[in-house]
Amino acid sequence: MIIYGTALLAVCHLLGIIIGDLLGRALGMTTNVGGVGIAMLLLIFARIYLHKSGRLCATSESGVHYWGAIYIPVVVAMAMQQNVVAALKGGPVALIAAVGSVLVCGLFVSFINRMEPETAAPEEPK
Amino acid sequence: MMWEILEKAAKENGLVTAFAVVGLVMLVSGVVSRKLTFGRVQGSAIAILIGLALAYVGGKMSGGSKGLADLALFSGVGLMGGNMLRDFAIVATAFEVHAEEAKKAGWVGAVALLLGTVLPFIVGVAVAWAFGYRDAVSMTTIGAGAITYIVGPVTGGAIGATSDVMALSIATGVIKAILVMVSTPVAAKFLRLKTLRSAMVFGGLAGTVSGVSAGLAATDRKLVPYGALVATFHTGIGCLLGPSLLFFIVRALT
Repeated sequence: MIIYGTALLAVCHLLGIIIGDLLGRALGMTTNVGGVGIAMLLLIFARIYLHKSGRLCATSESGVHYWGAIYIPVVVAMAMQQNVVAALKGGPVALIAAVGSVLVCGLFVSFINRMEPETAAPEEPK
Repeated sequence: MMWEILEKAAKENGLVTAFAVVGLVMLVSGVVSRKLTFGRVQGSAIAILIGLALAYVGGKMSGGSKGLADLALFSGVGLMGGNMLRDFAIVATAFEVHAEEAKKAGWVGAVALLLGTVLPFIVGVAVAWAFGYRDAVSMTTIGAGAITYIVGPVTGGAIGATSDVMALSIATGVIKAILVMVSTPVAAKFLRLKTLRSAMVFGGLAGTVSGVSAGLAATDRKLVPYGALVATFHTGIGCLLGPSLLFFIVRALT
């Protein structure tokens, strides 16, 4: 049943949000602390567990896969309702922050990859 | 007469209208990606940019703060792209993460992931601070946007950022993703993108799954799954650390 997958996803989502809220409460704040991340971890573990016991059929899985595949369109819809007019008044913050982080990360990639021993990388014969 | 019926149908079926509108935007951006950028910039990034542009138009027309969703005709976009469905869909992507395969990435992947989360965050927070955003919530949200365009709004939503800061945060992440897509093939030599291990390091540090997969695809096709594998953990780790540890640190410093 396709709804089993979607229900599993929903339960993980809700548990994650609840745990995130409890965590926030415990830390003396009103915000949700890492709820979405916790929900993702729960789903990963649930999948491993259900796979081992063979209780997850392909149809149920597609109830999760559909929502995973719809996430870019959902993000596009999210972009459509942001306060872009106000954001543009903020000036070139986005551009500078983006260029800066790409440059910094690029330098680190280059640095780490230069430390890789040549022998550890068997090139495929061309 | 015809317009009235059309308008009524769209208003009474908000979410359905949103599916159709977003689908159309995705279709257009797919064509733009193939015909104008020859696949260099992925359709999804173009779609998000079009979305932000439409939000600007909607905001100008309505004078409201919720972009296109403030126009009655497109109010369903607010539900489709709202916190609930967004988080639901993002959690679902974790289903594709294979924990067993993650072990192959080893400690290099883990270190790269952590650096790829912390470094852009620091840059984002510093830039936000330089431009006069001095409250912990705004600085954290913009910093989180520099991690990925998903981590930004998830973090901002959790800690209660304003919509204009959220928009900045998303824009930062989208620009970063596009920069990664376009510059990776050009910088491949400098980045030493030759081996599977180097692709994993790259995936961890560059972050954005769309940026990494498109950038590696244009560099060397066989590297794609390795970079993307590490990059898929990026969103999860960012969503976990952004509204918690990273926010606490910024709050403690301000």
